[in-house]
Amino acid sequence: MRHDLVLRVIAKLLIPFILLFAVYVQFHGDFGPGGGFQAGVIAAAAVIFYALIYGLDTARCVVPDRLVETMLAAGVLLYAGIGFAGLALGGNYLDYFVLAADPVAGQHRGIFWVEAGVAITVCGVMLKIFYMFTARGRDED
Amino acid sequence: MSLASHLPALQVVLPLVAAPLAVLVRHTGAAFLLVTLASWAAFAIAVLLWQQIGSHGTISYALGSWAPPLGIEYRVDRLSAFVLVLVAGIAAVVLPYSRRSIEAEIPREQHYLFYAMFALCLTGLLGIAITGDAFNIFVFLEIASLSTYVLIALGRDRRALMASYQYLIMGTIGATFIVIGVGLLYLKTGTLNLVDMSVRLQEMSNHRPVLAALGFLTVGISLKLALFPLHQWLPNAYAYAPSVVSAFLAATATKVSVYVLLRFYFSVFGESLVFHRLPLPEIMLALSLAAMFAASAIAIFQDDLKRLFAYSSVAQIGYITLGLSFDSVSGLTATVVHLFNHGITKAALFLLIGCAVTVVGGSSLSRLAGLGKVMPLTAFGIVLGGLSLIGVPGTAGFVSKWYLVLAALEKGHWWLALAIVASSLLAVAYVWRFVEIAYFRAPPAGLPVRREAPLSLLVPAWLLIAATIYFGLDTSVTVGSAAGAAAELLGMAK
Repeated sequence: MRHDLVLRVIAKLLIPFILLFAVYVQFHGDFGPGGGFQAGVIAAAAVIFYALIYGLDTARCVVPDRLVETMLAAGVLLYAGIGFAGLALGGNYLDYFVLAADPVAGQHRGIFWVEAGVAITVCGVMLKIFYMFTARGRDED
Repeated sequence: MSLASHLPALQVVLPLVAAPLAVLVRHTGAAFLLVTLASWAAFAIAVLLWQQIGSHGTISYALGSWAPPLGIEYRVDRLSAFVLVLVAGIAAVVLPYSRRSIEAEIPREQHYLFYAMFALCLTGLLGIAITGDAFNIFVFLEIASLSTYVLIALGRDRRALMASYQYLIMGTIGATFIVIGVGLLYLKTGTLNLVDMSVRLQEMSNHRPVLAALGFLTVGISLKLALFPLHQWLPNAYAYAPSVVSAFLAATATKVSVYVLLRFYFSVFGESLVFHRLPLPEIMLALSLAAMFAASAIAIFQDDLKRLFAYSSVAQIGYITLGLSFDSVSGLTATVVHLFNHGITKAALFLLIGCAVTVVGGSSLSRLAGLGKVMPLTAFGIVLGGLSLIGVPGTAGFVSKWYLVLAALEKGHWWLALAIVASSLLAVAYVWRFVEIAYFRAPPAGLPVRREAPLSLLVPAWLLIAATIYFGLDTSVTVGSAAGAAAELLGMAK
């Protein structure tokens, strides 16, 4: 794809908007369809798109394997951590009511971070799967 | 609130958190330490919960403070506490063994991932035992199964991949059946909470969808617990998985599935539907007998010790489901006791086979010739474990068979008591195969005269063998808990 100017320019134009859309889906999950899973997939799609146009090696420079694996684990930890926050503030595990003075605000806060955790892990998993399939036979270790 | 009231949540969450942490540290030693500590903590919590149950009765924990039946409830009663102790205990013993054992079997750069998967598998199995929510059971079952497929595929034999794939297909079919069953129950009752579900099912127990749900759940769970004709995935999976994984799975995975079956039969559907209006006890009885005889007979003709004991597992599961089919307190006691006794015996056996594999390089019977001379401790341990499988007095296996025979006689089935003894003779035959090869053959040339496995492998394995003997002599803990759990199950059903 190195010489395909049109694709490269269009990709460069589109990728920021795809990422922005991911953020929109993430934060609009409270009010309409969307949420962490979808946002994670869309964000991963942006990176995969980048990898398709600019090559796997470039993509791995931008989003290294190390980061992907960290994302995989960090999202789950964030989710579980919110549960511990509930415990620390005197509620049960995964209790969001106690996360803010107002129980409803607490639920909002709790679900916000949980969805963030979901998005991070889903994005990580998608990229991990993509990297593993595309790198097959290339860097066999 | 004190931390003690949050034990049910911590029971599952500690191993769950250990998994991503193990991935984050990316270091074998640190990951090993994290997961081992988490499993020890889980074992401590399980014992604490078991003690709390003894003094205060059933514990209910509302996850996220959403009161059941709307929210997800963690519910610990006698049976689940007993299963939690078994699962967490086996994990706590097996993990210290794993460090040395996987060095020979798994590429070094995958070690931290192995520990992460192990922690996830433990999370899933503990979660199944502790949750009081039907869909939650399915989710934890999937967590446990998916991590199990990976763990099996890590085996160094390339056939491990095929075995894992076979288990993946069978396990997925089983899980699908289970989720269809849960879906039908949800459709009929509008609730996923098990206690609430059993109350609502009482008025509609003759509705067709409820019966269909019972059928789907029975077949799905039977696949998972490897009931006789549905056991095809098990021998390969146990034979080709890394030794630690075989030991852990043989002791816990099928046992937890039996727990799920008991939970649905006695706590949700109720014994009047399952045992009095449907021919399920007869079917269970026939399949259990088939497992006891056919699988034991197949075990005699195996050439690989791991496969031999894998088939023996299928046979032993037959004893477990046989006790269930009696529908009596003594029968259920035998089932629950055998869950535990067979769990520790099989874990010990697979750990000892792992010891032998590190020295002689394989588990085929021809390689194990003369093992009694080369590795006297390992070989003697395997013989003791084998005696427990046969049911020789003084071993844990005897206790469960004793209660099983009692339950059979109580029902007036004297021929069943004979069948139990006869199938034990088959166990004598397959254990004798090992004895003959280990003690009456000369070791193959090239093996050192005497070389035991390292202590880090022998100690956990012998700990479990010691437990097998201990629980064969002092039955107050195991039989006491099992009898309590059985009485509670049957009491709930009425």
